[in-house]
Amino acid sequence: MEMMSTNGSTDEGLKSELGRQGIVVSSFNEIYNWGRRNSVWPMQFGLACCAIEMIATTMSRFDLARFGAEVFRPSPRQADLMIVSGTVTKKMAPQVVRLYNQMAEPKYVIAMGACAISGGPFKQGYNVLKGIDRYIPVDVHIPGCPPRPEALIHAFMTLQRQIDAQVLTGVARPRHLNASAPSEFPIPEFGDHDLLPSHNREVWKAPPGRSAGEPSE
Amino acid sequence: MAILMESLTRRNHGQNAEIEIFTHEPASLDGELMEVSMGPQHPSTHGVFRMNVALDGETVVKLKPVFGYLHRNHEKIAEGASYLAAMPYTDRLDYFCSLSNNWAYALSVEALAGITVPERAEYIRVISAELTRLVNHSCLIGFLVQDMGASGTPLMYAFREREKILDLIESLTGARMMCNYMRFGGCRCDLPTGWLDEARKVVAEFPRFLDEYEALLSSNEVLLARTQKVGVLDAELAVNAGITGPMLRASGVNYDLRKVDRYGIYDRFSFRIPLGDHGDVYDRYMMRLLEMRESVTILEQALKSIPEGPVIDPKAKIRGFRPKPGEAYGRIESPKGELGFYLISDGSANPSRYRIRPPSLINLTVLEDMCLGHKIADVVIILGSIDIVLGEVDR
Repeated sequence: MEMMSTNGSTDEGLKSELGRQGIVVSSFNEIYNWGRRNSVWPMQFGLACCAIEMIATTMSRFDLARFGAEVFRPSPRQADLMIVSGTVTKKMAPQVVRLYNQMAEPKYVIAMGACAISGGPFKQGYNVLKGIDRYIPVDVHIPGCPPRPEALIHAFMTLQRQIDAQVLTGVARPRHLNASAPSEFPIPEFGDHDLLPSHNREVWKAPPGRSAGEPSE
Repeated sequence: MAILMESLTRRNHGQNAEIEIFTHEPASLDGELMEVSMGPQHPSTHGVFRMNVALDGETVVKLKPVFGYLHRNHEKIAEGASYLAAMPYTDRLDYFCSLSNNWAYALSVEALAGITVPERAEYIRVISAELTRLVNHSCLIGFLVQDMGASGTPLMYAFREREKILDLIESLTGARMMCNYMRFGGCRCDLPTGWLDEARKVVAEFPRFLDEYEALLSSNEVLLARTQKVGVLDAELAVNAGITGPMLRASGVNYDLRKVDRYGIYDRFSFRIPLGDHGDVYDRYMMRLLEMRESVTILEQALKSIPEGPVIDPKAKIRGFRPKPGEAYGRIESPKGELGFYLISDGSANPSRYRIRPPSLINLTVLEDMCLGHKIADVVIILGSIDIVLGEVDR
């Protein structure tokens, strides 16, 4: 077996020498990340147009199964990855956050398409959320309307690289190994005119020079 | 459990006893109705659609659809934008068939402003709309059969064919799904070199896929058992509810806008309108297969006889387009039914009213009538056979 990752502390020369003799040396960190990044199960959850391209990615030509992600689970309890594929409306946003909360750690989010990352072409509408990253932490953003299947695959590989680079101990350890990091996020509620709160301060800050779109307190 | 025990003990007493048990009335077991909320996240609701279903055991006694999870303010945005700027939004209505949506919108603006379309552009429109119909129907059957439990194979075959057609559409328009291709008075650009030959090749190969599909599915025991006599929609209700498209024709009503309105140049092609007998899910499934065969004949004729010439009316104004005050309604037979755009112009650069008649939403109104008395598992199939796309239902 070839070593899939090089971020561990094992000596490369020693590793290849032992490999020739049929002995595999690895660190726990490497094996752990290698195993997890190759079986990320997405949630079967389509929102809008991008969902069709998400389905196309799993189908004959693009075949997401090559990356260990062909098992789409309809239940959030069994899924590791939420692909927010399409426009998140204000009616839908609480459900999306609730679904995210129901997923078990470790969990990841890919915001697919212009609508999911910013509201996209429908941003000026009164019922469209201007990006799902206002309420839940997003690991990979993909632009495009809709992104091509290749773009989704690229996002997926980016996520795999992120998982691979995780160090399991220390301050920078991932969220699911850190008991004090939140794994559930508050679900927004319907206010008189808009969702309340308009964003989650823990995960999103308004870009410099822009207001967050909520009345100042 | 009690019934099971009883049937086990009484099975020894001869055949008649068994029959008696299975026909016995459950009235004595009267219980409370169970309410189930299906959606908005549900693997078979084809998007973010939600149904509140009241169940007596497994039987549906009440079904209430909940809309609006994908309401994206399309009409309001289009009323604030110029006529041309609304074109990209029509792509995102029914995102399987962006080209036919483009056509319906272009048709209504052309009716509003009195613009003519060159002949080559008409042919390109027919070709692209029929290609879209092939994509839509083949994927629909894939999803429908997947809802019945055939996970994978039929849908994979459908998407394999879809990719071939999307390659054509991409080389023509530059985009796989959101084409934004039609313009008022024609199309945005001419066909690329060699496109017609490629298209002929794809169209010539398509019937083979249909044969394969039919051999796999049409007489499949499971498919017959799950679809025949399920979700029957009778012709009278279908007409009264304003149902259009393959759903109406599956109930036996001969109404196809390509024959009724003869918009574009559909009067030049010879094709038949398939009609159903029973109006059940199986007929609606069969309707899609037969329509694809007819689309292939239309495509063959159009690809053979497409003339040379301009693809857009040179007099059509792109910039500073302000139609005279008035109103117009343009409609086409989109793969899902009658797609119409109703526009009111007040002489300014943007429409003062912009209204869409979405076939998916109106076809969805008879969902409860079709589902009552069936099992909860049938609701999934009946919904699948309506062929909804939430972008169009909620807009």
